[in-house]
Amino acid sequence: MEEKEKIATPDELQEYFINMGPQHPSTHGVLRLLVSLKGEMVQSVQPHVGYIHSGIEKMCESITYPQIIHLTDRMDYLSAHINNEAVCLNVEKALEVDIPDRIKVIRTIMSELTRIQSHQLWWASFGMDLGGLTCFFYGLRDREKVLDIFEETCGGRMIVSYSCPGGLMYDIHPNFQKRVKDFIKYFRKILPEYDQLLSGNVIFHERSKGIGKLTKEDAISFGITGPSGRASGFSCDVRKHEPYSAYDRVHFNEVLLTEGDTFSRYIARIEEMRESMNIIEQLIDNIPEGPFTVKMKPVIKLPEGEYYQRVETARGELGVFVISDGNKNPYRVKFRSPNFCNLSVLDHISRGFKIADLVAIGGSLDLIIPDIDR
Amino acid sequence: MRSIINYLKEIIFGVWSLLKGMKVTGSYFFRPSTIVTQKYPSNRKDLVMFDRFKGEVVMPHNEKNEHKCTGCGICELNCPNGTIEIISKTIITEDGKKKKAIDKHIYRLSMCTFCGLCVKTCPSNALAFSQKFEHAVFNRALLIKTLNKPGSQLMKGVE
Ligand code: SF4
Ligand code: SF4
Repeated sequence: MEEKEKIATPDELQEYFINMGPQHPSTHGVLRLLVSLKGEMVQSVQPHVGYIHSGIEKMCESITYPQIIHLTDRMDYLSAHINNEAVCLNVEKALEVDIPDRIKVIRTIMSELTRIQSHQLWWASFGMDLGGLTCFFYGLRDREKVLDIFEETCGGRMIVSYSCPGGLMYDIHPNFQKRVKDFIKYFRKILPEYDQLLSGNVIFHERSKGIGKLTKEDAISFGITGPSGRASGFSCDVRKHEPYSAYDRVHFNEVLLTEGDTFSRYIARIEEMRESMNIIEQLIDNIPEGPFTVKMKPVIKLPEGEYYQRVETARGELGVFVISDGNKNPYRVKFRSPNFCNLSVLDHISRGFKIADLVAIGGSLDLIIPDIDR
Repeated sequence: MRSIINYLKEIIFGVWSLLKGMKVTGSYFFRPSTIVTQKYPSNRKDLVMFDRFKGEVVMPHNEKNEHKCTGCGICELNCPNGTIEIISKTIITEDGKKKKAIDKHIYRLSMCTFCGLCVKTCPSNALAFSQKFEHAVFNRALLIKTLNKPGSQLMKGVE
């Protein structure tokens, strides 16, 4: 007589590990997740970071302040301009230079454009992670329009290096305002398509609603910032709480949601794109006249001391901490990168969900790996 | 009864949401020009890059084979990663004085991060970015370039 094969009940299942990454399409870079599973259920997730550690903080110690800018492009490459701005603001704060309004307004517009293109790419890849390949094409097509604006004014598409201590590298291109306005008009028309394609899609709802819930308390204690934190109701927008550049003169809403699941993190980002467009519309028609750069000493030396500046990148709060000993090189530079903190919560919120949900949760945190490893 | 109605509702909503998405994708079938970004490389001949595009660092020469580089070395100093190397020589000017001048302005394209600091800080505007972006070569040594052309001289009037 044949022996009947016994099916194990969930309690008897053995725990086993699989490696997700370092080369896995859903990690968007070289991140290795050591996932412990029981059946299909995630027991724990251990992120192993450092595969593309580039030593940016250490490198900063041997170069001058204007040279640091181009390295920060390469941390969170989708928020390149905002990273540049963070270092510039820090240097300007330390030297107590007054920055003309024109520079502030242009920087703010560029930051918001950066945020839009970052969220567009995130939308594209998040859709692709969950099986909607069409999203990827549409998202990248629209992002191309922003990249063209960058390319025309800054000369770079992703790696812009547009800010420098004391202002901007070049003035805006004569076409800049027209192009931005055209883009806003175009994108306002396109954004409802995003909703029709993905936000309202039933398969997407099933895969994201109620998945990876993060409470407000946990968001605060893990230090989750950016849209991921705000989706849990944690009011953490640096643009609101500690306005820099021209954010104190524009009106916009901080997108605050309460659910804290994958779906609300998604909605938070979609809504942020709308808010960013509002900010740009308020500024684009009244860019003040004036110089695009302030005369700085040829060799910038910060006075001895410690300086900290926070900005809101597309993924959360970026802090730049500089210790200067009065030389032309900083003594120590520390970047508080949003992605590193956002990654830390992955284990906490994905326990008890299926491994397929891990892809959705990871995608909704919008991790950029070079920013984690720095 | 309730649950059945809800179940049916869900199905109808689900199909409806899928149809809505299909409408978007379907509509692009009839206007394909709005979905295409660039037809590279088939548009290679008439592809115009933006004039500020940072392709590679070049040193513009005029028709008399003269450039503006004085060999001061500021670009070398400002470059964050040692991409630029200035090799200077001593020349004797017409009135018999000894003067430092540029022999070779070496630029390693493979190391350049396109930060733009060299172009921005050059005191005599001797450098510029070209719009060339097709840099692939079969030999790494070809990426080490000498920016000043052979036999070129300093433009008159540039100190
Ligand atoms: S290119 Fe400009 S900065 Fe560099 S050595 Fe020549 S003159 Fe000086
Ligand atoms: S663009 Fe930057 S990295 Fe490239 S040669 Fe100039 S200073 Fe060096």
